[in-house]
Amino acid sequence: MTPDLGPAHAIIRRGLVLTILGILGVGVVMVLAVQFTPVEARQGLAQKIFYIHVPSATVTLWIAMPLTGLASGLYLWLHDLRFDRFAAVSAEVAAVFCLAVLTTGPIWAKPIWGTWWTWDGRLTLTLFLFFLLLGYHTLRAALRDPVERGRFSAVISIMGVVLVPFIHLSVYLWRGLHPQPIIMKPSAPSLPPEMLRTLLTGIGVFILMYVGMVTLRYGIQLVRDAQEAADAA
Amino acid sequence: MGRMLRLVLAIAGKDIRLELRTRTSLLSAAVFAALMLIVFNFARDPTAVATLDLAPSVLWVTVSFASVVAMNRAFTVERENAAFDGLLLAPVSRELLYLGKYLANLVFVLVVEAIALPLFVLFFNLDLSKALLPLVLTLLLATAGFVAVGTLFSAMVAKTRFAELMLPVLLLPFMVPPLIYAVKVTVPLLAGRPLSEVIPGLNFLAVYDVVFLTLAILLFPAVVDE
Repeated sequence: MTPDLGPAHAIIRRGLVLTILGILGVGVVMVLAVQFTPVEARQGLAQKIFYIHVPSATVTLWIAMPLTGLASGLYLWLHDLRFDRFAAVSAEVAAVFCLAVLTTGPIWAKPIWGTWWTWDGRLTLTLFLFFLLLGYHTLRAALRDPVERGRFSAVISIMGVVLVPFIHLSVYLWRGLHPQPIIMKPSAPSLPPEMLRTLLTGIGVFILMYVGMVTLRYGIQLVRDAQEAADAA
Repeated sequence: MGRMLRLVLAIAGKDIRLELRTRTSLLSAAVFAALMLIVFNFARDPTAVATLDLAPSVLWVTVSFASVVAMNRAFTVERENAAFDGLLLAPVSRELLYLGKYLANLVFVLVVEAIALPLFVLFFNLDLSKALLPLVLTLLLATAGFVAVGTLFSAMVAKTRFAELMLPVLLLPFMVPPLIYAVKVTVPLLAGRPLSEVIPGLNFLAVYDVVFLTLAILLFPAVVDE
């Protein structure tokens, strides 16, 4: 018996539309950054990557990781496999965005710091966050039973979400080379309004892209799970 | 309370007795730590890098890898003859079961560290007369934290096929914050700086211990219950 995959395909289509809108939005942010935002006085054009780097970091740390953690917690509580599926695809998109942070960072660092990489606290821990996400997916791949896979990966991701504040804390305890937070900090944002506008547009676009990619991946996973269940039966 | 403590000690005692009778993993972890220290000694140019500059990192890299090796055994030994099913059937709450396993792991890793520390002092020709107590405290605090995470994770990876490889992959990111702080504490300690400089680092390690031990106790039932 073939399961009804209509709803899954509808989700895939919706995700595809949102992802394409998100990619177009990244183009808009680039135009906005280059044409309609003043050049930063000391860093010059290199600073433009900020409008991509910071949004991807923001979405990874403040949206993708917490939502993965939340879905994992809900899975442990309610044992609904949909939460596990969401946590898995959200962690996958988080890994992609984290990789974007880790590639745009060095591109900016080379002209400004004179080096691609430095073992600054925040850089190091972002890298380890990326490895954490890789570990999460490695563990998932090593487990066959979907219920066990769900429980174990939920445990890992809850532990990971709790690790993030420790990462953030370490940034504040020793200031390294990395610029300090400029919006999410106790005082008011310290950025000219045009730059802030471009940055916030960037964050909005990356949120849209996150939603699109998660929706798309969720739909694909629905089809895969249905296939797996059909094969098992 | 007394009954809970007895149960925890019984589980930990079982693991420690098992280890004392076979001596395989403890001995190999200790030898592993000693070998790492020796390899590190050859991996530097003594004329170019001062011992004191390298010593803190060497100590903590050795400690972290040897701990992973030591922790791997916690649940893989339970796989044989489905021993873990027997343990789960015992009238012990999951939380106490975890604490027993945690305690046994903590003892193992501390024993390995107790063997590695004198060798470290010997090979790197250090003077620890003033820094010994704070350094031992740092070792205790850092170890208590990552063993808490490691015990939880080793229960999970024991069910996968490549447990020995999977544990470091999952655990090392969690070991990094305590290790960074432990190194930050060790550097001033070995340089003979006043204790007041290392208090924030020690506080961080203590907070990490409390948070992750609590979390691991809460999450352990989700790992073992079918």
